[in-house]
Amino acid sequence: MWDAVSTWLGPAEWQAVRLSLRVSFWATLASLPLGIFVAYALARWSFPGKQALNGLVHMPLILPPVVTGYLLLITFGRRGTVGQFLDAWFGIVLSFRWTGAAVAAAVMAFPLMVRAIRLAIEAVDPKLEAAASTLGASRAWVFVTVTLPLILPGIVAGAILAFAKAIGEFGATITFVSNIPGQTQTIPSAIYAFLQVPGGQEAASRLVVVAIVIAMTALLLSEFVARRVARLVAGS
Amino acid sequence: MKLSISLQHRFPGFGLDVAFEAPPGVTVLFGPSGSGKTTLVNAVAGLLRPDRGRIAAGDWVLVDTQARRFLPPHRRRLGYVFQEGRLFPHLTVRQNLAYGRWFAPREARTESFERVVDMLGIGHLLDRRPGALSGGEKQRVAIGRALLAAPKLILADEPLAALDEARKAEILPYFERLRDEISVPILYVSHSSAEVARLATTVVALKEGRIAAMGSPADVLGDVAVMGARGAASVLTARVVAHHADGLTELTTAAGALWLPLLPDASGTTIRVRIAAQEVILARARPEGLSALNILTGTIIEIRPGHGPGALVTLAVGEERLTARVTRRSVEAMDLAPGQTCHAVVKSVAVAPEDVGTGRAGEPAG
Repeated sequence: MWDAVSTWLGPAEWQAVRLSLRVSFWATLASLPLGIFVAYALARWSFPGKQALNGLVHMPLILPPVVTGYLLLITFGRRGTVGQFLDAWFGIVLSFRWTGAAVAAAVMAFPLMVRAIRLAIEAVDPKLEAAASTLGASRAWVFVTVTLPLILPGIVAGAILAFAKAIGEFGATITFVSNIPGQTQTIPSAIYAFLQVPGGQEAASRLVVVAIVIAMTALLLSEFVARRVARLVAGS
Repeated sequence: MKLSISLQHRFPGFGLDVAFEAPPGVTVLFGPSGSGKTTLVNAVAGLLRPDRGRIAAGDWVLVDTQARRFLPPHRRRLGYVFQEGRLFPHLTVRQNLAYGRWFAPREARTESFERVVDMLGIGHLLDRRPGALSGGEKQRVAIGRALLAAPKLILADEPLAALDEARKAEILPYFERLRDEISVPILYVSHSSAEVARLATTVVALKEGRIAAMGSPADVLGDVAVMGARGAASVLTARVVAHHADGLTELTTAAGALWLPLLPDASGTTIRVRIAAQEVILARARPEGLSALNILTGTIIEIRPGHGPGALVTLAVGEERLTARVTRRSVEAMDLAPGQTCHAVVKSVAVAPEDVGTGRAGEPAG
């Protein structure tokens, strides 16, 4: 099937599709542990600065994506404070690399991921966790054996939502890491680039089809998984 | 193992201030809702950190605020049976039962899985999930899960309150078996005097965060200050003699024969019977030509006039006590006085099945 798709798409388009999948996959996977942790903190803990953290997490949702991209550029760019540090100490350069695109996608998708997981955590009855602790489970064990399985549908939904958002990310990505074929040119950037040149409509519309297929697949998959896990938990 | 508790804790608008020591067996925390029972149990469980106090089972100290000791719940080795079961919905019955066992130290896992499953009759449920169980089944699994955690102390917070009468009758015998067959102390929360009469070794009656009375079930259930005149009752020890074809069970007590609606207990079993004071009629001479089957004979030891028209008359029957609620007018007309021999009349059908439990009244079983 991949062969058929890659011959139907031109090499430049295929490159953009593969890059998009890779960027979104790593953006989702790498931000998931932090997403679960932040969602748990926001749902269960009270600490000073909780509202500030909540605001920070949601910022990419309400800011213009170009602004987020610019903020990423001045922070993680070669001359940015964090960027300089990463380059000097770890040799990690994010700007104009696919890893930078993944960072931009992760930041933009983070609020969606956290919201879905936070809702799932808030739906878990703390009394079940208390019951587990009276049976001898430490905090970490309670989380692994009770909380985590019960919020699994929320985690899956959050991850898929974040993946779909990452596939579609455009504004922050193009501002932060530009639009370099093979390096940072994801599906939306490629569509944009094709539409700038005469005769590019056909390639653009093929990528539009791919984008629609990926989005629909993600949606159906999340529905399926959520229903399956819910049935497992309800027990029948 | 002796359970000693002293606790002070303040909530907005409510304060708990109690101190008691309970002997081994079942200690029932008894009182109306809002009296602090659940708060107390949660403090023992470690789900609540008390302002001040000390809780110890034997020489094993769970909390001592002065010594700055507070064991977290998972290190207290408890079996807590909650009112709503709180089974883990994502695990099967088998996994639920094994949950606490897994965290228990290996050498403490003396209770065999099969024996607990057999005792609770849940063998056919092992592969189901809690969502597919009835209320009574859930509660039996919850009891099993608590037992298999190899607890040093069992806590039960109104484990029957969410069940209907038929399910209560199904579960209560399991707690009697726990009391009689397992040496682990049990702290049991209830607002039902029938449960107190059947289960308790010791009763701690709570009222607005304070101890209103403490003692044997007979002492506390007969205490007007706790029960009110309407709720006062006696608890008698009886032995099953025979079951008869007309649907009655014959028993003997220190005060004479007792006939009750057919009981499930085998002949020779010692049981305890709760008799509500207002179901008892008194007679100076042994009455004849009476439809009531039970005439118990005793000596009047106390007459307590109430604020209204009633009075509570307590008879000594053997080493136990039987209380009757009659009118003050009757006390005067019959010229009742302490020291007199008196006959107490009780209808067989006035004793409901939930008033009859196993074990002797007022002393530790097993």
